Parts: sequence; structure tokens; C-alpha cells
Amino acid sequence: MAENFEQHSDISAADLARLTQEAQAEATPSTAKIIWSEFKADKPAMAALIIIVGFILFVMIGALFINTPKMMETNIMGYFNQPFTADFWLGADSAGRSVAKQLIVGSRNSIGIAIGLTVISSTFGICWGLISGYFNGYIDWGMQRIYDFMMMLPMTMMIIVLVTIIPHYNSVTLTFIFSIFYWEGTSRLIRSRTLAESEKDYVAASKASGTSHWKIIFREIMPNISSLIIVDCTLSFAENIGVETGLSYLGFGLPSQTPSLGTMIANANDPNNITQYWWTWLPAALEIIILCLSISYVGQVLRRAADSSQRQGSVN
Amino acid sequence: MWKTILRRFLIMIPEVIILSILVFLLAKAMPGDPFTGSINPKADPAQIHHLMKINGLYDPWYQQYWNWVVHLFHGDLGNSYQYQEPVTRLIGGRAGNTLWLALFTMILTYAFALPMGVYAGRHEGKLPDTIIRVYTYVTYCIPFFVILVIGIWIFGYVLGWFPTTGSISSDASGWLHTFGSRFYHILLPGLLGALFGTVNIVQYLRSEVIDSKHSDYVRTARSKGVPSKDIYRHHIFRNSLLPIAAFAGYSITGLLNGSIFTETVFSYPGMGLLFVNSISFRDYTVITALVLIYGILNLIGTLLSDIILSIVDPRIRIQ
Repeated sequence: MAENFEQHSDISAADLARLTQEAQAEATPSTAKIIWSEFKADKPAMAALIIIVGFILFVMIGALFINTPKMMETNIMGYFNQPFTADFWLGADSAGRSVAKQLIVGSRNSIGIAIGLTVISSTFGICWGLISGYFNGYIDWGMQRIYDFMMMLPMTMMIIVLVTIIPHYNSVTLTFIFSIFYWEGTSRLIRSRTLAESEKDYVAASKASGTSHWKIIFREIMPNISSLIIVDCTLSFAENIGVETGLSYLGFGLPSQTPSLGTMIANANDPNNITQYWWTWLPAALEIIILCLSISYVGQVLRRAADSSQRQGSVN
Repeated sequence: MWKTILRRFLIMIPEVIILSILVFLLAKAMPGDPFTGSINPKADPAQIHHLMKINGLYDPWYQQYWNWVVHLFHGDLGNSYQYQEPVTRLIGGRAGNTLWLALFTMILTYAFALPMGVYAGRHEGKLPDTIIRVYTYVTYCIPFFVILVIGIWIFGYVLGWFPTTGSISSDASGWLHTFGSRFYHILLPGLLGALFGTVNIVQYLRSEVIDSKHSDYVRTARSKGVPSKDIYRHHIFRNSLLPIAAFAGYSITGLLNGSIFTETVFSYPGMGLLFVNSISFRDYTVITALVLIYGILNLIGTLLSDIILSIVDPRIRIQ
């Protein structure tokens, strides 16, 4: 390539190498690089990222080695076993079941549902927002009215009613029920950005040259707002952990034989448990707090990376 | 202006109708019937059948719906199967508790959030601003029910400062004592709700203050020699007050949705706890009424906020 180039121009190979290097240095660094440098500059963010990734891997792999039905069997000998003993690291609950094991399986279930909910509701919300924002006019008007209607529904109540209607639900159906109600925030955000984006010249130019609507929406506008999408997904992941655990806490989430962080916190509903047997519920509560804070912190760092004026890390 | 409000009202009507049909159908689709569990176990199936029939539970759904709507407009929401009491009276007794708690939480939220927002905006980028931002961020991230459980554990059980159940102590007599006891019962849930619900108001007010710091009217006031304290108190704060007030509508919506959790944790006899109890007893009439009430309150809250915002900002009026 370089020799070929030399035949047609008078730039020497050394100059060419120097110019290439300069161009690389001046060019906008890739998104992954920016995000990585942002994490390197912010030590707490790095810690949060390690906590999240390490913890999720730990519970996902750890839960594979635990036999859930056997774990959920009643064991009279372990009745409210004290924590920090050889058999029960975190003690046992009223049925003598190990809190530590329940915590691992429960975290797997709760995090799994939160991930599923984030994927489904964000995908739907993003598509909804993009379409509604791009096709101004009647389509947007109609979609906005549906959005208004969904916003008016008392969400928690509707989910509880739906959960009681469905006779045999499991974590998958539960995720879908939650997804019906949790796409609005994303869709509103994406819509407002799409509205602004479709005013821009590149969209007009693309329209004029006859590109199809769908290609403009998904291949041109969507990549341009991808940083917003990444940030929003992370932040809604943190929120979604609260959704399932909250309903399980009320007793309308996962069935009682499937451990979840929420059902474990529900142990606190018993006045005896809450003070005397604190180990049955406090670890789960603290875990949710740490997890939510870490995930949203990572989200904040991503948001900073997306906005060049707020970056702290320097690339190169 | 009036056109906007009228349009908003017109849009509301079909929304309420669709909601009522949806709620009615969902309640009908719930498994079980209200009688099987409530009568003594030896009850004759024929008798249950008879009860179902006289209560109109075998009619086609549209007829049942129509009957329900006609009764609704006569102020009759039917009888609760669980409490054997008219639903209107049942909910009327609970609604006060929920609304007082929501109102109290909202007043406290504003009391905490307004000074924080102005202070953070005034000292933008400095230490107090950072502290306030970290505080709002932390409080926003943690799921609220976890806070409630930990709050009732620390302040209700371990320290014993606050009551842990009910809305009034059983031995309260005389209006002063009654009022004091009621207030004492909503204090902890109200404080927790307010301390952990400031994020929206603080963030909005902060950015509003930062924006207006550099605006012309503030510069004019400064050049006239108005003390900086007065500029913040009278000029900037006044100007930001109306959009901030608009948040009240949205925050009512949030508080009502949160009331299910708050009332369950504190065993506070409001509409949220009534809903949770009614679900387990399949008390259709109460469930439908409550979902409808919450939906309409949500709608009114949003409407209120939208109207205030459209007064402030003409750009968002509906064309």
C-alpha cells in the first residue's frame, strides 16, 4: 500500500507514517475506548463495575451448584439457626433453610428477571419512541394517546391484578407482565430525542435521496442516539431490580417456593423476625441497596462518557 | 389557554371509560368467586349458586358492566363481600388516611427539597452542591420499599421512637389527643417518603437557578445593588416557583402508587392496604373501585401538572 502510494505522490514513507499517526491521535476515539478511559479515571466507578460483574457471575454460577427444591425443604433442626456457623453462614429462617443459599438463588432469580425486563421493555420502548418521534403527525398523536393511557394506569395495582388472574405463572410470564407497564419512561426519552434528531440535515438529506423510513429510523437515527440508549438501559436495569423485588415483597411476585430477594425481605413483615432474627431479611435488603447503587453509578459514568463536556478520563 | 384545558378534559373522558371497562373485565377474570370462601365450609353449593345468581354474577359481562356503571352514577359501588359493607363507606373511611399521609409527605418533600435545590444551584460546583447531588442520587437509586423496611426496623423497633402499626392509638380521646396520635403515626412514613423523594424537585430547581443566575433580570437586579440573598429569595426563587408547583400533580401520582408499599409496611389502614387485603379475598367490588379511583386520581394529578406547565410554558400547549 505504501509503495503503491509513493508512486503517485511525493510523500515519503516516513511522512506517511507520521501523518497516519497524527490522524489517529486527532480522530475521535471509539466509544468503547472513551468508556474504558472514563472508568480508569474514576476509581469508585471501577469498583462498582467489578462488584456488579463479579457478583452477577458469582450468583449465576453459584446457583448452578445449589439444588433449589432440596434447599427449600423444611429442616426442623435448623430452626432460626444463628448466623456465622459452619453449616449456616448467614443463619437459617423459620423453616431451617439456609439464608446464604437462598440469597444466592434468590439473587439469580431477581437479577435474571431484572435483566429480562430491561431487555424486553427497553427494546419495546426504544422502538415505540423512535417510531412515534420520527413519524410526526397522526401516528405520533395516536401513539401519544396510548402512552397517556398507560401512564394513567395505577401500575402496581394493575400488575397485582394481572398476577392474580394468571393461574400458573413463572418467572418468564412475570417478566412479560412487568414489561407491559415499564416501557413508558424509555419511550418518552427516546421520542423526545428522535423528534430533535429528525429535524437535522442528515435525515432530510437521506429522505431526499429516497432512503426508506425504516432504514432511516433504525440504521441512521438509532446509531446516533446509541449513547443515550446505553445510559438509559443501565439506569432502568437498576430501577427494574426494585420492581420485581417490590412485588415479591408484597407477595405478588415470584411464588413462595421460588426464592427471590423480595420474598426474603418479606420475612421482615413478622414483628419477631424483624428484630430477633434480623439475618433472615437484612442481608437481602443490603444486597439490593449495594447492587442498585453500583449499577446506577455505572450508569452515571456512562452518561458522563456520552457527554464530552463532562468527561473526566483522558484517552491516550 | 381555556381551549387547552378543555381539550385535555375531552381526552380524559374516553380514557376513563376504557379504564373502567378494562378494570371491570380484569376483576371478572380473577379466579374464584367471593362466596366460596366466606360462608362456612358446610354451605350448600346450591346456596352459593343462588347467591351468585341474585348478585347478578351469571349475567353476560356487558350487562354486569352496564349495571355497575348505572349504580356508579347513583353513588353506589356495591357491597364489599369481605366486610359486608357498602364499598363507598368502606373506601370513604380509608381514603382520608391515605390522602393525609400523601399530603403530609408532599409538604415535607417540598420543605426539604426547595432549600436544597436553591442552595445547590447557588453554590454550583462547590462542596455543598456535590453533597446534595450525591444525596439525591443515592436516595433516588434505592428501591423505596427497602428504605421503608429498614426505617421501620431502626426507628420503629430497635429505637422504639415511632409506632409500627395502625393510624391512631386505641386509647386516643379528645380532639387534641386524637390529632396528636394521628400525626405521630404518619410522622415516620412521611419523613421517609420526603427524605427519599426529593430528587425531581431538587434537580429541576437547581438547573433552574443555574440558568437564571446568568439571565438579564438577575444582572439588572445585581447592578441596582440588590443584595445577593434577596436576589435568590425574591427574584430567582419566585420565578421558579410555578413550574416547581407543577410537580405537585406528578408527585401525587407517585405517592399514591407508593402508598401500597408504605401502608403494607406500616400496617397503615389506608386504601393501599385495603387493596392488598381485598386481592387475597377476591373482593371484586372493592378492587374495581380502588383501581378506578387510583386511575382517576392519577389522571387528575397529571392534568393539574400539565395545566400549570402549559400556563408557564406556551410551547407545550396542545395544538
